[in-house]
Amino acid sequence: MDRAMGGAPAVLTGSAVRRWVEKSAKVLAENRAYLTDLDSPIGDADHGNNMDRGYKAVLEKLPESDDIGELLKAVAMALISKVGGAAGPLYGTLFLQASKPLTGVREMDGAALAQFFDDAVAGVKMRGRSDAGMKTMLDTLIPAAEAFRQANGDGDDLAAALRAAVDAAEAGMKATIPMRAQRGRASYLGERSIGHQDPGATSSYLILQALADVVAEAP
Amino acid sequence: MKKLINNAEDVTVEQLQGFGIAHSDIEVQFDPNFVNVVGGAKDRVAIVSGGGSGHEPLHGGYVGMGMLDAACPGQVFTSPTPDQMFAACKAVAGDQGVLQIVKNYTGDVLNFQMAADMLRDDGIDVRNVIIDDDVALKDSLYTAGRRGLGTTVIAEKVCGAASQEGWDLDRIAALCKKVNLYGKSMGMALTSCTTPQKGSPTFDLGEQEMEIGIGIHGEPGIERTAIKSADEITEILANHILEDEAYTRNLSEWNAEKGEWVDVETIDITFEDGDEAIAIVNGMGGTPVSELYTVYHKLAEVAGRHGVKIVRNLVGNYITSLEMAGVSITLVKADDEILRLYDAPVNTPALRWGI
Ligand SMILES: Nc1ncnc2c1ncn2[C@@H]1O[C@H](COP(=O)(O)OP(=O)(O)O)[C@@H](O)[C@H]1O
Ligand SMILES: [Mg+2]
Repeated sequence: MDRAMGGAPAVLTGSAVRRWVEKSAKVLAENRAYLTDLDSPIGDADHGNNMDRGYKAVLEKLPESDDIGELLKAVAMALISKVGGAAGPLYGTLFLQASKPLTGVREMDGAALAQFFDDAVAGVKMRGRSDAGMKTMLDTLIPAAEAFRQANGDGDDLAAALRAAVDAAEAGMKATIPMRAQRGRASYLGERSIGHQDPGATSSYLILQALADVVAEAP
Repeated sequence: MKKLINNAEDVTVEQLQGFGIAHSDIEVQFDPNFVNVVGGAKDRVAIVSGGGSGHEPLHGGYVGMGMLDAACPGQVFTSPTPDQMFAACKAVAGDQGVLQIVKNYTGDVLNFQMAADMLRDDGIDVRNVIIDDDVALKDSLYTAGRRGLGTTVIAEKVCGAASQEGWDLDRIAALCKKVNLYGKSMGMALTSCTTPQKGSPTFDLGEQEMEIGIGIHGEPGIERTAIKSADEITEILANHILEDEAYTRNLSEWNAEKGEWVDVETIDITFEDGDEAIAIVNGMGGTPVSELYTVYHKLAEVAGRHGVKIVRNLVGNYITSLEMAGVSITLVKADDEILRLYDAPVNTPALRWGI
């Protein structure tokens, strides 16, 4: 992690991205049962297992590279080939879409990271034919992307802007509880999907939190 | 949890290994996992399907002469991945291309679409037809749309027969869509089920309760009510099917000219007085076959009352949800073409006749 004059990280390096991926894998493994439990009342009780299986495969496939585009593409391909379900293509497309402009890039500043979040959101929207308010992972990702762009524009450093993004992500995740699902398996339940937190919104929150933690912890 | 398993992580692979040994005329491949007929579909259209495990005999049990050429099993209740589908289609497709029969669940649809994109890039002619026959869901705008249930089995049978007759890919895809428009299903659960990974029931259902309008992934249905008699339950399911209005929705389809997936408005038939139908009374996995005959008895009566004559039937476990107790009913309106193809010889582990 490189540091600006004030001591806060100014850019996200390839090695920080690798640590993000490793931290995500760890957090998703720890939360496997929790995510699967969230997927029981409004789904089919597999989301935690899907994400854990996927990120374990990601760890195996992660190249020894500092090229962020290459790293994120490897994440995408491992998720696409190992997760299955709805989450596999959706998270796979998220990372694939966001990795495209980053080939050969070894450092991302705030503006690049803001673009990364926007591309990630666009990928999920395109693949899932979904948008905010449908009780999906987008209800975490969209407010997080917006909050990050805002904070970065206001001149916050990376760590602070990511903190703002995680706070918005958490609020978005919790906001899925009173929502009626309109996409994915939970939508079959109609009114009965109300009152439960969306599992995909929760895994997205955990992955974003892992990124913020990695940036905050960096020596 | 009490199950005949060794390790929860290994169930799908171990079950596939056993399937391969038991059915030596079918090949089982690992990494990526799929099941295929020996020799593939060289000079005819390949028919391929797939979905989560836990629905056996669907889909692997329908691989064989006159039905599927390959099937991709995912983890329990989890859609398989694009690379599995790609490998399976590559393994069996000859120069006539491949039809993918896809049940309408977000995961299945997205993964099969990605696989279709990969196959097209690889120069393989591919069509992708979605089965969405679950009448329990009325609305497609604010949901992921009707799920794929028992009509899938009939579509696989009929399309497999058409492939044996040498139909071309576009004609088989059109046939598959017709079967989907002609087929309607609805299910109910007396109990939940337990996936090996979770180890406890997916939902809690009291002694005196049932779930109406379930899918096949142990997910709850559209409504929970007090338990009723077999006749009353059959009446509810059959009436929903027989009185279902023409269902209009958009189904995603590849548009070769535009080079993208587009929505195509699609409208179901309704059952009319004088129709003939193929019926499935399907056990969800934990219901004795004897009870299914009680349901069939009532179903024949209710259908008759609507002027619909059941001319073929399957009573048994065809598309299950692990050890869930319950039943789903499928009626597919049968014209001469569908009936002839349905009656054609088939030789698979789970369906076998005419040979
Ligand atoms: N169309 C969609 N757009 C965005 N996210 C979706 C969509 N459908 C499902 N999801 C997300 O996927 C999550 C479910 O993932 P998972 O349980 O792994 O797959 P499945 O539903 O196939 O079992 C949901 O909680 C939701 O956040
Ligand atoms: Mg799920």
